[in-house]
Amino acid sequence: MIDTLPLIIATVMTAATPLLIAALGEHVVERAGILNLGVEGMMIVGAATGFAVAVLTDSSVVGLLAGALAGMALSALFGVMVVFFATNQVATGLALTILGLGLAGLIGQDFVGQPRAAIPPIEIPVLKDIPLLGKAIFTGDVVFFLSLILIVLVAFVLNRTRIGLLLRSVGENHVSAHALGLPVRKLRFWAILFGGLMAGLAGAYLSLIYTRFWSPGMSAGRGWIALALVVFAAGHVWRLVLGSYLFGGITVAQLHAQAGAIALPSQLLSALPYLMTIAALLVLSLSGRKGAGAAGSLGQPFVPER
Amino acid sequence: MSISSGKFASITLGAFALALGLASPAMAQEKLKVGFIYVGPVGDFGWSYQHDVGRKAIEAAFPGKVETTFIENVPEADSERSIEQLARTGHKLIFTTSFGYMEPTLKVAKKYPNVMFEHATGFKREKNVSTYSAKFHEGRFIIGKIAGKLTKSNTIGYVGSMPIPEVVAGINAFYLGAKSVNPDVKIKVAWAFDWFNPGKEGDAAKALMDQGADIITQHTDSPAPLQQAAARGKYAFGQASDMSKFAEKNILTSIIDNWAPYYVERTRAVLEGKWQSQDVFDGLAKGKVVMGPYVNMPDDVKKLAMETEEGIRTGKIDPFTCPIIAQDGKAVECKDGKLNDGQIASMNFYVQGIEGTIPK
Repeated sequence: MIDTLPLIIATVMTAATPLLIAALGEHVVERAGILNLGVEGMMIVGAATGFAVAVLTDSSVVGLLAGALAGMALSALFGVMVVFFATNQVATGLALTILGLGLAGLIGQDFVGQPRAAIPPIEIPVLKDIPLLGKAIFTGDVVFFLSLILIVLVAFVLNRTRIGLLLRSVGENHVSAHALGLPVRKLRFWAILFGGLMAGLAGAYLSLIYTRFWSPGMSAGRGWIALALVVFAAGHVWRLVLGSYLFGGITVAQLHAQAGAIALPSQLLSALPYLMTIAALLVLSLSGRKGAGAAGSLGQPFVPER
Repeated sequence: MSISSGKFASITLGAFALALGLASPAMAQEKLKVGFIYVGPVGDFGWSYQHDVGRKAIEAAFPGKVETTFIENVPEADSERSIEQLARTGHKLIFTTSFGYMEPTLKVAKKYPNVMFEHATGFKREKNVSTYSAKFHEGRFIIGKIAGKLTKSNTIGYVGSMPIPEVVAGINAFYLGAKSVNPDVKIKVAWAFDWFNPGKEGDAAKALMDQGADIITQHTDSPAPLQQAAARGKYAFGQASDMSKFAEKNILTSIIDNWAPYYVERTRAVLEGKWQSQDVFDGLAKGKVVMGPYVNMPDDVKKLAMETEEGIRTGKIDPFTCPIIAQDGKAVECKDGKLNDGQIASMNFYVQGIEGTIPK
């Protein structure tokens, strides 16, 4: 058990990282008052583009970057629609997912079934030699370490900087923000682009690190889980981190329970991550804060008065 | 009678076809439309991919006479409307290629008595619904023997998809094969409850390896478990198609589904008006199950694998040769010295020696 613990933790880390990154992006978008249901679509386009570019340039790092940019390009389309044409965010987001799934199939067409070598893991010297957990936590892939930086960055920018304050006020009440002279649409557009960048990166992580091949539909609903995690987080980055690792942890733990022939119905174990999310949501909404921490103007189209 | 420009294009097309028909009868013969429903993407490089190879074989076999359509990524629970969509749009022969499409297929078949349906891996038939499957368990018996010979930890990991008879029979055949060459062998099963979810399939393989498995086999559709095994220097098997390029140094062999001959045969039957409802369950002997090259193993193991394959093909070896003892210690009813096709197609028990229970 002691020997396998680092391996198990490493598995949880790779399972949680794409969820966390996509959710971080959507978190920023929703703080700005926009609901983008297209995470799954941007993610899968990121996966396809990331893989294709990695094969063409023979560089997984360039692939990761390209995947992130592809997600951002798709989000720009969404941004133009909902921010500047004030289209319905739910409908536009769903359309983005459908578009993304189709587009990804097209982009990845010639790359189906091509294998790809792993990116060598990064090892942090000294720290990795800490007994027991050192090797698990301080030996990881490049995106895992990036995700740690992103957590701090997102939390800091949103809560401790002027730009974060502006973004949140735009999300809380866009009419007042506009009356105060804040560039509501510009700020929202930037937030949407960041969300797309993160979703695309999460997608590229799937096809380049998590499982190293491209196949249509490989995101398998992770974009939707990321969206649920943002609701779960109710406005707190730390809860986002907790949620992602809880979800990843339970997913992996239930597989271990099965392999160890623990006598629990495995369908129940399989449903456990989802049940936990629902339970957490219930506790959250029962414990009181109105709207469970969502931004005040979330999902409402904004058309500035002249 | 004049046709206003507002009428549907199909009327014009119909009239056009009629006119052509008068001119040349051969041209008028309507193309047979053949439809396919896939549970995964055609690019899964596994199950759905192989069905699509069969679809392309139909097009190649009857140039100009058939037209094929496929709908991919159709969830089993929500497949009825996709199947009906094909029936409604003039498809006369429809292949529904996953176990979970059974009830929806029967429902749509009832509504469209003139459309012929072919349901893969199911067991319920109607006048216009055939079922067909392949004895994949024959291949699993062979890879079981290979794994039993090669395992050092005496623990083999099995990534399961859905707890249905086909998968359970596969686990049993694999275990019986492994045990026949290694009495101490154990298998651990982790169910992904998905046919295609690369991330989860890979995580299941990792969990199994963490629990001591040194060989991985899978009944899910993506190459992820094989790839994860390779990443840790462990051996694994390919599923549904030859997956060697995903792990050249760590793959032992693949069980390949070869649907093309059957699909061509059934299409021909419809074209000639000879199609009848039937149930077909065959394997290595008829070439519906094909083994990939045996690689990365010592010669004696390779020889054993080839002999087993040949034995099954010629009928000398049967994976389910009696006595078959179920997990509860009772012998399974047995008539001709082996289990019959019906018993295999509806298998819902583990054989003695497999730990754990089948999820209900």
